[in-house]
Amino acid sequence: MSICVLRAQMLPCKTVLSWTRGTGNRCDIARLRKCGVCYVPNLSPVSFPSRTLSNLATAHSGLARREMAENEALSRRQKVLTIDTMNANIKKVEYAVRGPIVQRAVQIEKELKEGVKKPFNEVIKANIGDAHAMGQRPVTFFRQVLALCSYPELLDDDKFPEDTKYRAQRILKACGGSSIGAYTASQGIECVRQDVSRYIERRDGGVPCDPDNIYLTTGASDGIVTMLKLLTAGEGRTRTGVMIPIPQYPLYSAAIAELGAVQLNYYLDEDKCWGLDISELQRSLQAASKHCNPRVLCIINPGNPTGQVQSRERIEDVIRFAAKERLFLMADEVYQDNVYAEGCKFYSFKKVLYEMGPEYFNTVELASFHSTSKCYMGECGMRGGYMEVINMDSEVKAQLTKLVSVRLCPPVPGQALMALVTNSPQPGEPSHAQFLKERTATLGDLAQKAKLTEEILNTVPGIRCNPVQGAMYSFPQITLPERAIREAKEKGQAPDMFYCMKLLEETGICLVPGSGFGQKEGTYHFRMTILPPADKLKILLSKVKEFHQRFTKCYS
Amino acid sequence: MPILNEISALVKRIPTSMQEILNERVIQIRAEIQQGVKKPYKQVLNLSSGDPQALSLKPLTFVRQVLAGCLYPTLLHGDTLPADVRQRVQKLLGECAGEGTWSHLETHGIRKLQHSISDFISRRDGVASDPDNIYITNGSTAAFMTLLKLFVPNGSSLQTGVLTPEPSYNGFKFALAAQGALVVPYYLREEQGWAVQLDELHRAVLTAKGYCNLMALYVINPGNPTGHVQTKDSIKDVIRFAAEERLIIMADEVYQSCMIGEGMEFCSYKRALMEMGAPYSNMVELASINSISKGLMGECGLRGGYVELVNFDPSMKQNIFKLFSAMPCASLMGQIALHVMVDPPRPGQPSYPLYTNEIQSNKRAIINNVRRTLGVLNSLPAITWQPVMGGMFAFPRVSFSQAAINYSQERGQEPDVMYCLRLLEDEGLCFLPGYELGMTEGIYHIRITLAAQEEIMKEALQRLKNFHLRFLKEFPTLERPGGNTNPDPLTATASSVMGHADPNTPLGWRH
Repeated sequence: MSICVLRAQMLPCKTVLSWTRGTGNRCDIARLRKCGVCYVPNLSPVSFPSRTLSNLATAHSGLARREMAENEALSRRQKVLTIDTMNANIKKVEYAVRGPIVQRAVQIEKELKEGVKKPFNEVIKANIGDAHAMGQRPVTFFRQVLALCSYPELLDDDKFPEDTKYRAQRILKACGGSSIGAYTASQGIECVRQDVSRYIERRDGGVPCDPDNIYLTTGASDGIVTMLKLLTAGEGRTRTGVMIPIPQYPLYSAAIAELGAVQLNYYLDEDKCWGLDISELQRSLQAASKHCNPRVLCIINPGNPTGQVQSRERIEDVIRFAAKERLFLMADEVYQDNVYAEGCKFYSFKKVLYEMGPEYFNTVELASFHSTSKCYMGECGMRGGYMEVINMDSEVKAQLTKLVSVRLCPPVPGQALMALVTNSPQPGEPSHAQFLKERTATLGDLAQKAKLTEEILNTVPGIRCNPVQGAMYSFPQITLPERAIREAKEKGQAPDMFYCMKLLEETGICLVPGSGFGQKEGTYHFRMTILPPADKLKILLSKVKEFHQRFTKCYS
Repeated sequence: MPILNEISALVKRIPTSMQEILNERVIQIRAEIQQGVKKPYKQVLNLSSGDPQALSLKPLTFVRQVLAGCLYPTLLHGDTLPADVRQRVQKLLGECAGEGTWSHLETHGIRKLQHSISDFISRRDGVASDPDNIYITNGSTAAFMTLLKLFVPNGSSLQTGVLTPEPSYNGFKFALAAQGALVVPYYLREEQGWAVQLDELHRAVLTAKGYCNLMALYVINPGNPTGHVQTKDSIKDVIRFAAEERLIIMADEVYQSCMIGEGMEFCSYKRALMEMGAPYSNMVELASINSISKGLMGECGLRGGYVELVNFDPSMKQNIFKLFSAMPCASLMGQIALHVMVDPPRPGQPSYPLYTNEIQSNKRAIINNVRRTLGVLNSLPAITWQPVMGGMFAFPRVSFSQAAINYSQERGQEPDVMYCLRLLEDEGLCFLPGYELGMTEGIYHIRITLAAQEEIMKEALQRLKNFHLRFLKEFPTLERPGGNTNPDPLTATASSVMGHADPNTPLGWRH
């Protein structure tokens, strides 16, 4: 099936007529449309007993009787949307990060407010990577510029440093009507995309980056879901298979389920600090090729929930594997600034790909994702993000552009924030010193907490925690007594869900059970963020420690 | 061969948006002007989409002050911001998880925001609204896209069909295509003032039989692009129809604050449904959608909206919650603006006078623009139009001579597309061709955004006039399109629901 060249090339109007389809046929816009939206076959208008406004309004007795019968029938009948009629894919969607534990936590908070007695005073939500909710301070410079963009009257206020004003003016100038309240291009504001591309070039030591390859997104999730949607094709044995790490961030499994793609698990090696093994990739691919068409390989680096940081060599191996197997690489690199362990360094897939030479750099298809929610920014609520697509076929890119246009533009404050993250204050600018101080403090603090978490958890018999090399979570393995496992199973719960639910009820601590991320069978984990302030984190960890000991004793 | 040569069939089927094409061309022309390319105009006016702030309608000061305060709470010290703004900010900051900053909230919006929205709906409709049934999204389109996922594909072997008005908002049809649903068109008739006709709905249902599993009905009220506002009786008829045909109603009510004729009142589907009583009021599944982008807020760039789900089966609740949770959550800035929209400053509060003034002034601008636009359209041959009762658009019909039709066909374009593209190139003015919104063949319209600063509108209308008269000189034969048997749109009767700002120049009537 030919692919329409659907993106308007920027030609003067006189040549608009010559937009062509893949077949080379001339294609007018009209026909383009008709081949687009699927309409029901247009039957000729059918005459129908007239049911106009007037005769419905005049209800005589016969009609009234009929209406009564109809009403009775109506009230007995089922809803249109039921478990049987709904999209079956949605039933398979699970999203542990906001699953039953979190819902219960919200309920408990409400109970506490209503004065219900609990063995604790507050619920500590260590389930989600929301930095600001955990007390991390936002970067002043970002907030100042965004406040100026929101309410430009403040540009006259001398409390704001000059460089924040300059940035705000630059962003506003790029907005329609000089307002962040206007729509932008679906792909994002052009000058922001330029900022992003220069940032990537600096980050990767000069590897070229084309702003046309940058798509601004509503957080990284939007980009990931969009790419998966674009890549999901075929039916039955030709259906797209997507390789994801286990444990994984459940956005992936949720999106794959919703799209009806095939989830292909490759297991990270917990004994090797959640390392990625190429032979495991090979195994996963081989097992899958009988029942689907594996075409996408997702990598999360630094890892969520596992916190490992890939070495340069391993990334090279992965790229070679993807090239050999002709897989589209999706690199989730939202934690790229969150690297703590000594000897670990973040390498972007793009940079490694480039350095492997033209043979790879000009062929391997890659989408890399970043966001304003993580790292030192922690601005989850702004929904800023971007993806860079590399080596994407130009016609396919046109399809991608079309797909992103359906959801209109990403939130403009998020786009503005992306511009600030990628074009941060420079030496000599008034905000530079404070910006640097805040960034360093936040990242240093996280590094300390990563270490603290690992150390304390490893003092607990029955909890084993890999080093938190990067990202924002620890994902320790917990040993559960046989009796607890049995009891959980009787209740129809995953054992670690049973454990986390008990932890929540007894201590008010909200963690996510490992089963929500996937884990090797027979092993149990939980994910905990390292985000709470150090003193709170210590209390949290000691409570977890006490609970674990109590739990183990109770079920032994 | 690149892997991506086999990509999602659904994505391939999404039509190219004419709007996007025009927008890109607008950006390109602007760049050309900046590079010094000579054009007969100094700037491009893009009136193709409902984007009030891009057309210099001012954002509401209170909204922006609250945003600034939430973003940078240091502003709360001192009197840079009025007292009620500071109070609002403090209230909002107190409600979110982080101290002193808004952060990621529960996915389907913070509890309090849901409550505020449900209070707003209850006040509007005089009937209760359950906060648990409210889901906050990144604008109305995101709400539609997520809702469609619930029943596209469906449990049967047939594709899901959705009754969709023609003409109507293009974005909804794109969302249908992206999810893989079938459009089952029901035509709105110009000669009936664009009102929904029951016999047409029934006809449309018959066309769908056997081809698809018809599950939902999309309505947009006030209408985009038609500017029609449904009466309560008409809404009740539609609800009865949906009940008989077992359809979920997806009510796009994003223009609810844009009532143009004086005395025009918006009646929500929810209100009409509840007034109808049992069995309808507890049977018909209704999704009602609203947004901060349209109406008098005009905050398109912040992306905020909500959907209220009424009468959905309780067994679906978990799935609905899960689905909305797994979707990226709505932007906080959008949530904050939404909060102000549903809970605006009250009489007695310091910001109340300014807030009310700004709302009135935006409204006045739109109403003046309606009158101005219709005045100019009146003076132009070969253009007819229907009354604008609400919403943000005028949707005049342009009659093309056979010569013009031939000319456009030679270029492989629909006449209205050709007209708009030439208007853009020659005059630097961008309208949306009716073709983009779905129309009966042989009948051509253009959509004109009315939510613009008045000076911009004046300039745009001058350009339109210049162009149109020149165009008619080039294609002078003013014959009607071949075989046109439509009654003259001028005979449309919508006067019963029309209000006038000025009795001497009735809005929407051509003399």
